Amino acid sequence: MAEFRLPPNSRINREGKVHEAPAGATNVRAFKIYRYDPDGGANPRVDTYKVDMDDCGPMVLDALIKIKNEVDPSLSFRRSCREGICGSCAMNIDGANTLACTMSCVDVKADVKIYPLPHMPVVKDLVTDLTQFYAQYASVKPWLQSRTPAQPDRERLQSPEDQEKIDGPSACILCACCSTSCPSYWWNGDRYLGPAALLAAYRWIVDSRDDATGERLDALQDPFRLYRCHTIMNCTEACPKDLNPAKAIAEVKKMMVEREHL
Amino acid sequence: MSLRSPLASVLGRGSAKSGVSHWWSQRLTAVALVPLTVWFVVQLAGLASVPAGLGLESVRAWVASGLTPVLLVLLIGALAWHSALGVQVVLEDYVHAKGLKLAALLASTLLHALLAVAGVYAVLRIAFTTGSF
Repeated sequence: MAEFRLPPNSRINREGKVHEAPAGATNVRAFKIYRYDPDGGANPRVDTYKVDMDDCGPMVLDALIKIKNEVDPSLSFRRSCREGICGSCAMNIDGANTLACTMSCVDVKADVKIYPLPHMPVVKDLVTDLTQFYAQYASVKPWLQSRTPAQPDRERLQSPEDQEKIDGPSACILCACCSTSCPSYWWNGDRYLGPAALLAAYRWIVDSRDDATGERLDALQDPFRLYRCHTIMNCTEACPKDLNPAKAIAEVKKMMVEREHL
Repeated sequence: MSLRSPLASVLGRGSAKSGVSHWWSQRLTAVALVPLTVWFVVQLAGLASVPAGLGLESVRAWVASGLTPVLLVLLIGALAWHSALGVQVVLEDYVHAKGLKLAALLASTLLHALLAVAGVYAVLRIAFTTGSF
């Protein structure tokens, strides 16, 4: 059966360590952060860090960096660009997947609860293993496939209207917020490609310069790879770049029906 | 632990090259069920609105009358097919133990076939044995 409960060694101890705010701090907020140390052998726990927001940047990532720098250097998380374009700091904040760098602490009402991306193997703390996610992306051959020879002295031309079709999906940063918010991906992530990989597939299917549309549709025409999508729409809800993977998947399903029945 | 590459695991045994007919059939039956269900509910409400309308004789007469058996057979067929497709997806989603999955899929398909055939047989039997048509 699909596992609805965490295995015993992954169950979370909600009463972890509490790190108090510095004395004299007046604008204090609590950050409750999932901690897991693979070397310790203990179950994951939730640590509480009380942060003086008068001495901290506005974003959740600012608070995480402040905690790591000043309170607890053992806290692990990925981050790089701090401006929503690298996709490294994707995590579950206040119950929804998003980027820590573009999520303002003010937009969280109560304590700021931070967990790793759901239903992924945890490497340490907020760092998840995305190996399978990247393999799924690679499996849709996310590159131009053309049998039309390119002219040596110029680019492959594309009309502005055709370019517009790929503007949206090209903006995907592969942060994995969408795929890891999808229940269908949770239960069948080994066979369902997930919204991120399907959005990438769609991006190349609708690219006017690509000649492999048929082969790409063939590769997706599968009860699990594509049709595990049940239009739950968590992907579109979660996307920090405001993209619409659910619509891209629906378009692919439409193309499938059109080439077979219409 | 497997030393298989992540890409090989994801590619698995390749695309099954199917799924379109399943998806299309489920939508087709869903569309068919909208008017059929509305008709069925309206008819039942009509029967219920008269005294003893839902009694045995009254319902038998209704089943045998006019286009009713045709629409009832369509309703039973569309409903069973739609349900079979839907339950199949639910089982594929949630039941992952190999033997249990096979058993559940078999049981669901056969049960739906049984219910559909029994329903159609019942309608036809009433239609062909009740009064004049």
